[in-house]
Amino acid sequence: MSNTSPWNDLIGTPDQKHEEGIVVSDSHAEATHQPGLAHHFESYEQQKESSFLGMWLFLVQEVMFFGGIFCCYVIYRSLYGEAFAAASRELNVFIGALNTTVLLFSSFTMVVAVNAAKQGNRKWIVYGLLLTILFGGIFLGVKYFEYSAKWEHNLVPGPNFEWHGDDVGRPVEIFYCLYFGMTGMHALHMVVGIGIMLWMLRPAWRGKWTPENHNFVEGFGLYWHFVDIVWIFLFPFLYLIGLAT
Amino acid sequence: MRPEFSLFPEQASTIASKVDALYFFALGISAFFSLLIALVIFAFFIKFRRRRAGEVGAKTHESMALEIVWSVIPLIICMVLFVWGAIVFIDMRTMPDDATEYYATAKQWMWKFQHPEGQREINSLHIPVGEPIMLTMTSEDVIHSFFVPAFRVKQDVVPGRYTTVWFEADKVGTYHLFCTEYCGSHHAQMRGSVTVMEPDDYQAWLAGGGPVAAPQELGEALFTQHICNTCHFEDGTGRGPSLVGIFGSEVRGTDGSVRVVDDNYLRESILRPSAHVNEGYSQIMPTYQGQLSEVSLLQLIAYIKSISDSPSEESPAPAAVAANGE
Amino acid sequence: MSTQEFAFTPYPDLPKSHYLNVAYGLKSWLFTTDHKRIGILYLLSITFFFALGGLYATAIRLELLTPAGDMVQPDTYNRLFTMHGILMVFFFLVPSIPAVLGNFLLPLMIGAKDVAFPRLNLASWYMYMFGAGFTMYALFMGGVDTGWTFYTPFSSTYSNSYVAAVAVGIFINGFSSIFTGINFMVTIHRMRAPGMTWSRLPLFVWSHYATSLIMVLGTPVLAITIVLLAMERVFKLGFFDPALGGDPVLFQHLFWFYSHPAVYIMILPSMGVISEIIAAFSRKPIFGYKFVAFASMGIAILGFLVWGHHLFVSSQSLYAGLIFSILSMLVAVPSAVKVFNWTATLYKGSIEYSTPMFYALGFIGLFTIGGLTGLMLATIGIDVHVHDTYFVVAHFHYIMVGGALMGYLGGLHYWWPKITGRMYPGFWSHLSALIIFLGFNLTFFPQFVLGYLGMPRRYHSYPEEFQILHILSTAGASILAVGYIIPLVYFIWSLKYGEVAGDNPWDAVGLEWQTTSPPSLHNFDEIPVVDFEPYDYVEHEPVERPYRYSRSEA
Repeated sequence: MSNTSPWNDLIGTPDQKHEEGIVVSDSHAEATHQPGLAHHFESYEQQKESSFLGMWLFLVQEVMFFGGIFCCYVIYRSLYGEAFAAASRELNVFIGALNTTVLLFSSFTMVVAVNAAKQGNRKWIVYGLLLTILFGGIFLGVKYFEYSAKWEHNLVPGPNFEWHGDDVGRPVEIFYCLYFGMTGMHALHMVVGIGIMLWMLRPAWRGKWTPENHNFVEGFGLYWHFVDIVWIFLFPFLYLIGLAT
Repeated sequence: MRPEFSLFPEQASTIASKVDALYFFALGISAFFSLLIALVIFAFFIKFRRRRAGEVGAKTHESMALEIVWSVIPLIICMVLFVWGAIVFIDMRTMPDDATEYYATAKQWMWKFQHPEGQREINSLHIPVGEPIMLTMTSEDVIHSFFVPAFRVKQDVVPGRYTTVWFEADKVGTYHLFCTEYCGSHHAQMRGSVTVMEPDDYQAWLAGGGPVAAPQELGEALFTQHICNTCHFEDGTGRGPSLVGIFGSEVRGTDGSVRVVDDNYLRESILRPSAHVNEGYSQIMPTYQGQLSEVSLLQLIAYIKSISDSPSEESPAPAAVAANGE
Repeated sequence: MSTQEFAFTPYPDLPKSHYLNVAYGLKSWLFTTDHKRIGILYLLSITFFFALGGLYATAIRLELLTPAGDMVQPDTYNRLFTMHGILMVFFFLVPSIPAVLGNFLLPLMIGAKDVAFPRLNLASWYMYMFGAGFTMYALFMGGVDTGWTFYTPFSSTYSNSYVAAVAVGIFINGFSSIFTGINFMVTIHRMRAPGMTWSRLPLFVWSHYATSLIMVLGTPVLAITIVLLAMERVFKLGFFDPALGGDPVLFQHLFWFYSHPAVYIMILPSMGVISEIIAAFSRKPIFGYKFVAFASMGIAILGFLVWGHHLFVSSQSLYAGLIFSILSMLVAVPSAVKVFNWTATLYKGSIEYSTPMFYALGFIGLFTIGGLTGLMLATIGIDVHVHDTYFVVAHFHYIMVGGALMGYLGGLHYWWPKITGRMYPGFWSHLSALIIFLGFNLTFFPQFVLGYLGMPRRYHSYPEEFQILHILSTAGASILAVGYIIPLVYFIWSLKYGEVAGDNPWDAVGLEWQTTSPPSLHNFDEIPVVDFEPYDYVEHEPVERPYRYSRSEA
């Protein structure tokens, strides 16, 4: 994050911006000689603040996106607490915890990459990204085995769904709908993230991101941490609720 | 049934005039403000038209007082509308205690009704005038909505739960019944009629169909057929709780929660017995999901209700008829 | 009236270099990141979908001429009104003003060279087109018959139409909204010219800020709801399936959590347009600028708290109904404040009779009726009777067509000379505004009466006593259709034959009028420094205009 929070501007005015020494140039377009500064921005500062504010807004919409499905979860769990607890006990807490750890590590390596970008250390940007990709891959691999185990145990909702546990009725199936819906959405975000990181490797190696201009790396870091945080919520909601009761 | 063209729907229930009074009030306010604004705009439009080129408007200063006035006046009007609307709505939703319960099951694309005396009808409902009628409704497939414009009542009919609506017709006649929640191909054909009859005519109509079994009698048969009676003994010594007097009572579950036994509770207990197991009993009852049609479910519940009613209310229909007989 | 005071001295020609002639060819359009060109791309696409949605509406109105339901099959009819709703809401009204006029004007109005994320802006248009592509696919395969509201379990289990394809289309299209919203918010925060303080922002920008807020907060909820619906349909994941204990009404809550605020996505930008037009043609600052600006924000925020008024009879609890009723009432207050302030702006103004002004005044009238009938719908005791009848249909058409669309057309007429550099014929534009106003009222006013009589919406056939009112409505619709075709013709005509408009044909203040018409590629030769208050018409020195467009044509 930059020192000036993007929200400062909610109370600030462009007058201040003007006084803060942002050059109001009459040049435009291709006349710029500053590498990595888009033509429509007046300064790196403006570009950076814009990109972070944009990223935060994107994350706000992500929160609302996941909020919808969490809302369903909350409502059904309050209606069918016991069925949810029973269904949750079928999930493997150890694997869930393992995946949580893996994902936390990936967030750490992401920070390594962002930090390297700030210092202009292109080697460590690449290493950080590679490690993050690796941990993200492990997470998805584990998830794959979890999913296939569910398939074998007929716990995938639909015509083949079978429930052998306590007779707590059909809401067990709703739990598994939500399980697949929520973890599926989360996994999709991971896949997109890994795809972007793979694309980032090349420009990172070529030194596209400099200490002055690495908004993309930092913005992506925010995204990756967000995906991590979603999992921090999913893990207890899905894996741990059965332990208490 | 071919009413003449009119600009206003008939009033045929006790609630209709209340809704209409509120409607006319709101309409009056709307018309007043629409016309006021239209007239003011028109007057300004003529009076302040540009008379010469290069003319500019007069400098006007914003006025806090004015802003407050035209914020507070709409707010007051809105609150009046809200309170009045809420009163009418609470009226619509508060079941009279003496309402006679009818049953409705909606499916694509028809309405199935059952009278408390057992008569069944499709797409038409006959009711006596001057008697509060309560409809307990559910759907076999998608969401439908029960709407009788002349009664000014409407209630969605939702699969998987019971919804209720009540009305008291106060005018003899035949009225439209519409499904107002879009439900697929023949949504527009899911229409029917509600026929309001004098009590005598209604009795004659009821008798005309030959002897039929009342829903609670059919429910009693189902109770035996599905061997409910092997666990739910009347004296409470069975493996399941006694169902006598259970409707309307409060039951405590094994998890300590207390719930009131109503239609939706009974429905849940039959379809998902584990949802709320009564204290002192264990969960041994199998689910009846998929084994009972919506109509059978309603009959079973009618039976359970009938053994919960006090004897004097057990057969409300004849008593009501006696009271209304002329 | 002295129109002769102004000599007829048309501009010799358009400026030498502007955004339209800096590059030619399809590629220069499909890969453009210029906000003005993206606005044009949107203009072309939404016009197409408006025309398509209009054709569906025509078919619906023709079918309803007779009570028997004898023109098309019931299934066809259900597809007609569904596609009409989907196309008009998601592919015309939601993007209309923000994506066309907003894209074009927002950077100009705040003195920026472009929006904050030009490539994201282009991506939003592609998202729109991909979404539209899926929807068109569904349409060609036979359409969808769920109604634009997709209520479960009908949409998830019972419908035999291409629900999943349309769901994907709307999901993708949602990103176009989200991208636009993010872009606008960041642009307004970060890209304002020096001196362009929040209290100097044109009200058009304020209303777009409020709109963007809804787009960013609301659209993702629709997205997840649509995803859940599609998963339920395709993978049989029963999120809302009553057979599993799921709650079909939960879908309605989630759907309206977006779709009610979406109404404000449609109407707020329109209100912004109206504020600009009224100030410009009364030659006065907007009365109570701050109140109008804050009313936009108030509507945006309160708009998120009222979704439950669509569920008064859905088996929602009595208390929820009462709470949503009182909250819905509150939205009426900022809306009323706006109407009163606009009216007060006219007072002691110098009102010019021009086409945009006709649309603006038409808007106020129709929006007032739409808003007041909305108040009646929020009154819970009345809503029970009129819910899901033609009363509701009439009400939301007064808001969406009488409000949003009138605003869009007014804005298009106001900024057309800025966008194209040319002027449309005055006579025809006056005439079409009048035809639209009359046709609209004839189409939709009878529907209020129909609704209170009890005519349910989405009915293919109906009882005979409703026929007279339906005939009136259809007659109005055919007048309305003529009203829409005329502007289409003269706008196209004006591209080649219209008079050259000049930089500021209305002698309006505001940064967008300080650049050339059409604007140059980077909007301004010099980033302007703003040292004047908004709508400073009274202090403003009138420029001697080359040509009066509003009255001299006659």
